[in-house]
Amino acid sequence: MAGTIHVLYFAWLRERVGRSEERLSPPDSVSTVAGLIDWLKTLSDGHARAFAAGPLVRCAVNQDFATPDATVKPGDEVAFFPPVTGG
Amino acid sequence: MATVRVQEADFDITAEVAALGAGRADIGGIGSFIGTVRDVAGGRTITAMTLEHYPGMTERALARIAAEAEGRWPLLGCTLIHRVGRLLPGENIVLVLAASPHRHAALEATAFLIDWLKTAAPFWKKESFADGSEAWVDAREADTAATERWGRPA
Repeated sequence: MAGTIHVLYFAWLRERVGRSEERLSPPDSVSTVAGLIDWLKTLSDGHARAFAAGPLVRCAVNQDFATPDATVKPGDEVAFFPPVTGG
Repeated sequence: MATVRVQEADFDITAEVAALGAGRADIGGIGSFIGTVRDVAGGRTITAMTLEHYPGMTERALARIAAEAEGRWPLLGCTLIHRVGRLLPGENIVLVLAASPHRHAALEATAFLIDWLKTAAPFWKKESFADGSEAWVDAREADTAATERWGRPA
């Protein structure tokens, strides 16, 4: 599989994972946001803690809001964050 | 036509209003909203608020929200400026301006812009309290309801 997925974390997801970004090569079987989350949970206790808050985790793929069934592939930028609270 | 900025520095409301209307006489009214840091949340005293955002996506989201407003009302320009970083009670957080030939469009577009910004732009607030603790602000159902009253994207 060529290339990596650039994964970003914001707010309390960043704090729980313990980093703001990482470049990862998930197995070929990972093809959706939901699949990526299931795989990320296995990487560390921090990842598991971050994604334990399932329904509160939001996602963007290539800087557009995305749903769990959205496709992810090498080269994508995938961000995870809580519901937004600006303004 | 929209001015969109994310910055740590404060904004100058007078200068932004002047910039929006510079060189034109077809504007009949400019709606404005200024969001500021309140000193109390849930009955607890706040000593600071820290704003985090998603660089790149934030600007795209704000531009999209502005374009949505421009598609719904006859705007002659709008301004969205959001601050990030550590802010103190009383400080400005966000500025929304909407210019139109007519006041209703200017005022409605201003309300739309701030309602949508609150639920569709990737910003996150963390509150610092007097006892030294910190907490991320939870998204509010009321904000979602405020956005939904404007209907789905066109």
